[in-house]
Amino acid sequence: MSEAALSGPSRRWVRFTPVERGARALVYVLTAVAVIWSLRTIEIIPEFLYDAPEQTADLFVRMWPFDWAFYPKAVHAALIETLHTATLGTLLALVLAIPFSFLAARNFTRSGPLNWIAQFVFVSSRSVNSLIWALLFVAIFGPGPLAGTLAIAFRSIGFVGKLFGEALEEAQQGPIEALTAAGAPRSMILVKGYWPQVEPAFWSVALLRWDINIRESAVLGLVGAGGIGVALDAALNNLYWDQVGLILAVIFAVVIATEFVTSFIRSRIL
Amino acid sequence: MTSHPHPAPTEAGALPGSLLIRNLRKEYRAGQPVLKDISLAVEGRGITAIIGPSGTGKSTLIRCINRLVDPTSGEIWFGGSDLARLRGRSLRMARRRIGMVFQEYNLVERLSVIENVLCGRLGYVPAWRAFLRRFPDSDVERAFALLDAVGLGADFATRRADQLSGGQRQRVGIARAVMQDPALVLADEPTSSLDPKTSVEIMELMAALSAGGGTPIVINIHNVDLARRFAQRVIGMSRGEVVFDGPPDALEDRHLTDIYGGEGWLS
Repeated sequence: MSEAALSGPSRRWVRFTPVERGARALVYVLTAVAVIWSLRTIEIIPEFLYDAPEQTADLFVRMWPFDWAFYPKAVHAALIETLHTATLGTLLALVLAIPFSFLAARNFTRSGPLNWIAQFVFVSSRSVNSLIWALLFVAIFGPGPLAGTLAIAFRSIGFVGKLFGEALEEAQQGPIEALTAAGAPRSMILVKGYWPQVEPAFWSVALLRWDINIRESAVLGLVGAGGIGVALDAALNNLYWDQVGLILAVIFAVVIATEFVTSFIRSRIL
Repeated sequence: MTSHPHPAPTEAGALPGSLLIRNLRKEYRAGQPVLKDISLAVEGRGITAIIGPSGTGKSTLIRCINRLVDPTSGEIWFGGSDLARLRGRSLRMARRRIGMVFQEYNLVERLSVIENVLCGRLGYVPAWRAFLRRFPDSDVERAFALLDAVGLGADFATRRADQLSGGQRQRVGIARAVMQDPALVLADEPTSSLDPKTSVEIMELMAALSAGGGTPIVINIHNVDLARRFAQRVIGMSRGEVVFDGPPDALEDRHLTDIYGGEGWLS
């Protein structure tokens, strides 16, 4: 290569073409407009905004000291109910979601319509919030933890099914091919080819969903679906702030505890 | 099925692992055949090596035999039936008698070595036995014996497959194939991921399997020297066609030029 080729006319490198630069500027302007527009929509009432710090401080003062006597009276049983709702709901979701995961995995089920049906089930499950599911089930089964358990289960099917289905799709095809070549029936390919590969993902998804469900089942009581939320709702309605404070603290403690438990189990089994 | 034009080739004296391929054609995309009407007879003994450049259809040919790839047309006669036409249960029954060894070993990584070997019996044992890991005692004994035979002692049995080296994994892969009690073994580039010394050891193992057990082996292999050294018959493929077929002694440089093209690499 000659010297001239190396030092030819100075070439400049620009990251964006003029059109791209214009488009980016437009995106900035649109973002600013959107922010201003939404600020105007949420209708901040200045009087409330100004004394918000005072109100917050006031709330905390009313919450403390907690009404500890309330714990054995009503909170403990409700807390246990919440944990049971979350756990049973998660188990039920796993049982219901697994068949759909296999239907959704395109490498396992080579049928577009079946894949689509499974995806549809997942999307339906996920697009409805737990509280809405709970409202539905309270209407059907009446108030109580049964409605809560079903709400948790139906909301979790989409989450568990989608993630587990994706894990199935990521399974290596080599071992599957080897078992197929050995004349293994489909059920055995599932048990000996897919399951060992996706087992860690399965437990990981199950633990994660259990963790989420404990948090979600704590609020289901607000719509009458049992658990600690019922106690919270009652305390809020009666303006017993010392009880509200206690319940919030208990929920916080339980969430921290499950966080520890799940990360411990995960580090052990995976 | 009954309207099949040709009778099953069951001439007296044919060895059980014999393979007869007639006009085998495979097109992944219509009009672009990877295999162009291959016809081959493989006698049920010894090692048959298929050599040829990458992308020439060797792997497709071997995978058509046990139907990991579905041929577009043609016949594959093995054990009295046309494999190309089998479906469902009868295809599985036929696959049980055809062992396969893979380039990437294709072990189930998170299962133990012994369980990987026992996977060779999945076509035979009832599902509940495999599910509960209650394989028949005779199978378990045989699996241990095979681990010994491929040079992995009993202390490897309970190790997880992902803890093994490449050569060790391929030994497990071979044990799994033999565990099927195969009438024919197919090997798709079994040494291509291994170092030269291990490659020779694996080929020696295959040769012992073929000589000792009398199991015929059809093997795709890149390494011409290994093919010459271990095979009794070499098939050279180029662009989806067989361009050489004969004993390794007959394989000359001009054949290699036919198969691989060019000459500069021969020296």
